[in-house]
Amino acid sequence: MEKILEIKNLKVQYNTDEAVVYALNDFSLDLNKGQILGVVGETGAGKTTMALSIMNLLPERVAEITGGSIRYRGEKVFEMSKKQLRELRGAEVSMIFQDPMTSLNPVMTVGDQIDEVLKLHNPDMSKQRRDEKVAEILTLVGIPPERSIQFPHQFSGGMKQRVVIAMALVAEPNLLLADEPTTALDVTIQAQILTLMKNLQEKFGTSMILITHDLGIVAEFCEDVAVVYGGEVIERGTVEQVFARTANHPYTDSLFKCIPDLTGSVSRLTPIPGFVLDSRTAPPGCPFADRCGSCTERCRAEKPLVHYVEDGHYIKCHLYENEVSK
Amino acid sequence: MNTQNVAAASSTKAGQPFRPSKKGRFKLIWKRYRRNKLAMLGMVVLLALLAAVFSAPLYLDYQEAITQHIVDAFAKPGSDGHIFGTDQLGRDLLARIIYGGRITLGAGLATVALSFVGGVALGGIAGYFGGKVDNIVMRLCDMLMAIPGTMLAMALVAALGAGLDKLLISLAIVQIPSSARTVRAAIMNLRNSEFIEAARCYGTGSGRIIAKHLLPNILGPLIVTTFMHLGSIILCIAAMGFLGIGVQAPTPEWGSIISENQSNIRYYPYLGLIPGLFIMISVLSLNFIGDGLRDALDPKMKN
Amino acid sequence: MLKYTLKRVLLLIPTIIGITLFIYLIMSLVPGDPVEMLSPLEATFEEKEALRAELGLDKPILVQYANYMWNVLHGDFGVSWFTKQPVINEISNRMPYTLTLGVLSTLIASLISIPLGTLTAVKHNSLPDYAITFLCLLLAAMPGFWLGLLLQIYLSLQAGWFPAYGVGTMQHYVLPVIAVCAASVATNIRSTRTWVLDVIRSDYVRTARAKGASEIIVIMKHALRNALLPIVTGFGSSFAMVLGSSVVIETVFAIPGTSTYLTSAVKTRDMPIIMGCILVISIFVGIVNLLVDLTYSVIDPRVKYE
Repeated sequence: MEKILEIKNLKVQYNTDEAVVYALNDFSLDLNKGQILGVVGETGAGKTTMALSIMNLLPERVAEITGGSIRYRGEKVFEMSKKQLRELRGAEVSMIFQDPMTSLNPVMTVGDQIDEVLKLHNPDMSKQRRDEKVAEILTLVGIPPERSIQFPHQFSGGMKQRVVIAMALVAEPNLLLADEPTTALDVTIQAQILTLMKNLQEKFGTSMILITHDLGIVAEFCEDVAVVYGGEVIERGTVEQVFARTANHPYTDSLFKCIPDLTGSVSRLTPIPGFVLDSRTAPPGCPFADRCGSCTERCRAEKPLVHYVEDGHYIKCHLYENEVSK
Repeated sequence: MNTQNVAAASSTKAGQPFRPSKKGRFKLIWKRYRRNKLAMLGMVVLLALLAAVFSAPLYLDYQEAITQHIVDAFAKPGSDGHIFGTDQLGRDLLARIIYGGRITLGAGLATVALSFVGGVALGGIAGYFGGKVDNIVMRLCDMLMAIPGTMLAMALVAALGAGLDKLLISLAIVQIPSSARTVRAAIMNLRNSEFIEAARCYGTGSGRIIAKHLLPNILGPLIVTTFMHLGSIILCIAAMGFLGIGVQAPTPEWGSIISENQSNIRYYPYLGLIPGLFIMISVLSLNFIGDGLRDALDPKMKN
Repeated sequence: MLKYTLKRVLLLIPTIIGITLFIYLIMSLVPGDPVEMLSPLEATFEEKEALRAELGLDKPILVQYANYMWNVLHGDFGVSWFTKQPVINEISNRMPYTLTLGVLSTLIASLISIPLGTLTAVKHNSLPDYAITFLCLLLAAMPGFWLGLLLQIYLSLQAGWFPAYGVGTMQHYVLPVIAVCAASVATNIRSTRTWVLDVIRSDYVRTARAKGASEIIVIMKHALRNALLPIVTGFGSSFAMVLGSSVVIETVFAIPGTSTYLTSAVKTRDMPIIMGCILVISIFVGIVNLLVDLTYSVIDPRVKYE
């Protein structure tokens, strides 16, 4: 399998006036061509930072990359020239942002905004051909093409997100980053949008990273899953492996316990004790140590390494160090 | 982690729970304010100026500022104990500037106080009653804001008659609409905001809501705009003094000192430069303070 | 669009009536009888009453106001109490100078402040940003008349580059325009910076970057166009501010404009002149604000005309 994306030991921090926030610590992840990977984690775990890093779109001056690398098809993203980056963004890798309400330019028609992607990446394409492509993609996402001359404020939230998806897909990118694409939408529309994305992904053969905090979405739409906590991937495997619940990171385990079980007799959910890791500190040991039920002295002092529990399924936890490491 | 979370997370101190007590609030504001070096500088300079100017009778005779000694005319700065020199009538420029500052800065403070009270009253009425009252008050404010402030003030001075007190009132009337707007906007914003709703749900009484929730939240933006206005009011007073409206000779006022010396500035530049610098330094200090306060009161606004 | 424009024009009328009524009332209610001021000391009671009737001051105040406005609609702004000259003639002779100064200053201030404000926002927290911001703070704190005097002394009386007083050629306007512009350039740069920064941090600008647009396109096409909306609104108040500062500058440079006319009338409390000047100036400010609103509705698709 060709690896389309390789993130190695990425370290990103935000230097604000008041404090330094460690957003990503030793974040490693890779993605095969055509794969759909779900990235799960709580708010503040570093999911959006990861997505922005891949496109090298981190907020200037505030964000600082202190280590590690990202390779897109073997090319190091952080070493690309401005021109290479422009060619990467939109054409090779595109992103669907969290909030469709604010991610469209209010003074441009939606058609122009979709057309802009084509114009930027296919300068030779005729206006007529571009118009056809815009109409085509709008139809695909379920928007009547004649609405392309309307402005974003004339669309509802779900329709706006369709526009955003059309914009992300029109140049047929090889990697799609979807950052909580349905969080801002009604539950009824969530399923529609996700199904639409999945169909389009299959049609274009795009690789996709779906960032979410909803394990249900992952189970339904993804092949692989990576669980993120405290700016690092603490568990990675196929959806079957992780959801089998034979071996899980204690954090993943507690995530599952937060999901209401409709068949079981247990009527109470088990919340994860404690608070989300304060990202202004970089603990020497496991980031989850403070909230973990099976925490030992060692967990606080020493960072756990990657331990493979089965083929393609690893867990970063001292509990699994006796497993055969690959 | 997105940037909003960074901002939100960073506003409380690490490892120390945030206590929203009154003392904590002021301490936090003061802490943020202190970090702004320009704002601190502005505050020190302004306090020094105010102290020097308002304690003037203790160390300087007013006669120094107005008595003419034609023989001493145009003494160069630094000569004969005249630190800033003398004007064409032989009056000590430093003395005139100090006593002029009493008028310019004093009148500025008084105007701001008047417009503050007027703005809170008018904006409060509009915001509290809403509906028709609000509509009328705001149309009135729009109307007054449609004429350039300087011109409106001049027309009002002409109507009310000459004199410093009339100038004060006129300038206050010019400023009141924008203060009223600030107050009204803040109230309107808060009236429907969820934390007021929440306070109501907990059974908090109206008085307590106004005192504990509304006032502190209105005070912030109002204080900031007040400091910003103070600078432009001082510029306006000086401009009026320069035009000879309001203050009558021989009373010194920073603007009028410049206009008295207008014909001599070409050959004695210090006569124009020094009073102008005093105006500029005061306004600059006030603007620094205003900026510092804005950033300290509302860190979200900071760039 | 036409309907919207008409509606906005009609809305101007109550504003202007409001302003003039306000000033008229204040002027009439305050102590000091203009008749006493205008009559010679030895005037008899009958002579004073005759003068009062001549000035129309014997009627109730609202009737006086209505008469005044009726006359204004017929192009008669009354005569000066002192010179007995028709106010409208004087105003129409002087208005071109004030308007030239005002329009030139507003335009030049915008031409300077939009690019510089955008630059400081794009390069925020860098050396050019700090330098321009500091310069703006200085300019905003400088009294306009003082800057005007300094320019006059150093660039005209000493260096002889520009004429020092009066009007005539475009060169006469250079120094006054600089003096009038300074403050509004300072405020406009700062507000442009704030708006552009606001927009640059918005999600849709990030979207534009994510599309692969170059920085120039991101700034010019996406950021600036959105930031222009509030900036354009700023121009309305900028014009009023410029007219306000032109009051002093006209005096400094001895420009025979409306402001110098107003200034001298204020000193003598010559009411017809003051009323006339304020009325005409508020009409012009109203027109500029109207134009700004119309421009706004053209650039912002979200504004509805209904």
